[in-house]
Amino acid sequence: MADFKVHQRDGEGVSVIDLKGYLDAHTAPDLENAFQKLLNDRKFNIIVNCKELSYISSAGLGVFMAFIEDVRKNKGDIKLTNMSPKVYNVFDLLGFPILYEIYKDEQEAVIRFKEQKRT
Amino acid sequence: MPKKLTKTIESRTDNLLQIREFVLDAARTFGFSEEEASKIVLAVDEACTNVIKHAYHYAPDKTIQIVIEPNKDKFQVTIIDEGKAFNPTTVRLPNLKQQLTHYRRGGLGIYLMKSLVDKVEYKYAPGQKNEVRLTKYLSSSASRARH
Repeated sequence: MADFKVHQRDGEGVSVIDLKGYLDAHTAPDLENAFQKLLNDRKFNIIVNCKELSYISSAGLGVFMAFIEDVRKNKGDIKLTNMSPKVYNVFDLLGFPILYEIYKDEQEAVIRFKEQKRT
Repeated sequence: MPKKLTKTIESRTDNLLQIREFVLDAARTFGFSEEEASKIVLAVDEACTNVIKHAYHYAPDKTIQIVIEPNKDKFQVTIIDEGKAFNPTTVRLPNLKQQLTHYRRGGLGIYLMKSLVDKVEYKYAPGQKNEVRLTKYLSSSASRARH
């Protein structure tokens, strides 16, 4: 059984990456590839739905760091949603809530993207 | 009292899952809550990832030995490798805010490791082995008060 899955889908003006399983040094390249593909397709409004993400290490967190600058330079953003308390704690320990918008629910992030588009 | 447990694995990132399961089982048996057990698991993952990356430079045929020693209220995990010396205790911890606002990702693993356990120690026998020892107390706050 695969221990990590990345699935990409397109929503209302946004691209959503669904993560499932364990994001560590072994699986982080899969997420890097998914981000790289979105950037190549010039899709910069990205939501990462962590509903089924059961584990993250610094290698996984590093992937978000690697792409956020490029995404924001292109007037987009990476917003994170649906994290379990366990996963959120790791993001929190490293101070990520300062830099990333984290929402309880995917729909909240979609609305935020719409609001930002209007301003 | 639970006894000493040892596991030796090849230095590949696809073995990290196996390492985590090994440590999680032992930490639960020792009596840690799920939350505390998952902190130790993540700290060991970070230490092993450092070995694979920095001590072995991703050479897949080397070995990492993990030794778990439960002793009274103290749970110790020692990660042993025979690669290049890499001392995480002397790596300068990043200024997190500065690091994040400059989008730098180096050092995050060591920062996490040090935040998740009570003690991180390093021993190096030149040309022989590196040892990183992570210690977590069953009741961390009580233990800190004693020191």
